[in-house]
Amino acid sequence: MTTAQKSGSGTDTIGNHGTGEGADESAGSSAPGAALSVSVWRGGPGGGRFHDYEVPARESQTVLDVVSWIQQEAEPALAYRFACRVGMCGSCAMTVNGVPRWTCRTHVQRVAANGRLQIAPLRNLPVIRDLAVDMDPFFERWTAAEGRFHPGTTRHDPMAPVDPASPARREADAAIECINCAVCHAACDTVAADPDYLGPAPLNRAWTLLNDAKDEGRDAILDAVAGRGGCLSCHSMGSCTRHCPNGLDPMRAIAGLKRATALRALRGRR
Amino acid sequence: MLTPRLYLAQRLSALILAPLVIGHVAVMIYAVQDGLSAAEILGRTRGSIGWALFYGLFAAAVAVHAAIGLRVIAHETLGLKGRGLAALTWAIFALLLGLGLRAVWAVTAGGAA
Repeated sequence: MTTAQKSGSGTDTIGNHGTGEGADESAGSSAPGAALSVSVWRGGPGGGRFHDYEVPARESQTVLDVVSWIQQEAEPALAYRFACRVGMCGSCAMTVNGVPRWTCRTHVQRVAANGRLQIAPLRNLPVIRDLAVDMDPFFERWTAAEGRFHPGTTRHDPMAPVDPASPARREADAAIECINCAVCHAACDTVAADPDYLGPAPLNRAWTLLNDAKDEGRDAILDAVAGRGGCLSCHSMGSCTRHCPNGLDPMRAIAGLKRATALRALRGRR
Repeated sequence: MLTPRLYLAQRLSALILAPLVIGHVAVMIYAVQDGLSAAEILGRTRGSIGWALFYGLFAAAVAVHAAIGLRVIAHETLGLKGRGLAALTWAIFALLLGLGLRAVWAVTAGGAA
């Protein structure tokens, strides 16, 4: 196994990470036996810088494999977060070559630019340490968007029928597979510009509940998403939809919420 | 930073503006192609209730649409909120409406621009 080489590189701060797709998408050609040049952001809330490592290239290697190799072989104190490694838990998202991604399902060969990787924490969330960000502000927005089930019946009432073919259920189904990875949150420029903005994932969740035949919190949801920082703050730039690793379309969900709030306002109810 | 009513006002003003902008561009192209002088243009617009309504509605829709759009930009880039943001919105609306209607008055009613 190649010995990791670590050296400090130029200073950089977390505020400088962009999310735009760039030259990083050029397919890398890391042959087995070759080494990857990996820059990993290390630091805390006060700032930090990138550290350089050489990591052995492997076949079918993911970015999470690279980070885990660095932590296990070169930098035991490296802080990062992961759990399932199969794209279900949503805990391993990081900024890879300037783009927010789920690292467990991102193959190095797809994103490395000439054998180089730059790995940083997610944008728009406070850094705890190294690659681990504080997810509290993200989940607080889910609460603020009424992203919870609002039951209206008891165990003694009959169950509300759910027609899988109904337009509302189809809208809910199309948006329901969110894994809370916060990639959309990191990709969104409105989140970066407006601290009050709820963000794509919480609004996407609110849209699924608004279309759920069993949820009886329609007015509460619309009150939450029509207010300050709600769906009307979205500029439809589409970064959320472009970067969602699960292929969801939060921008469509937010457009649905805009229609619902506008219709309610037209009817003079708010 | 939009309320549902401001959001609706901006969309409805855009709906009104779309055909008016097309009409305005068509009129400009017609005037240029036809080589109309300023005096000839004023001769057609002065005393015309139709042109007064066309451009009066145009100016009002612009004032509504632009004031709300600039309100959002002011909130996001300058961090303005509350009464300051509301005051700025109304000030932009009043300024654009005043300038627009003054111009409409000048070309349709014969007042000094």
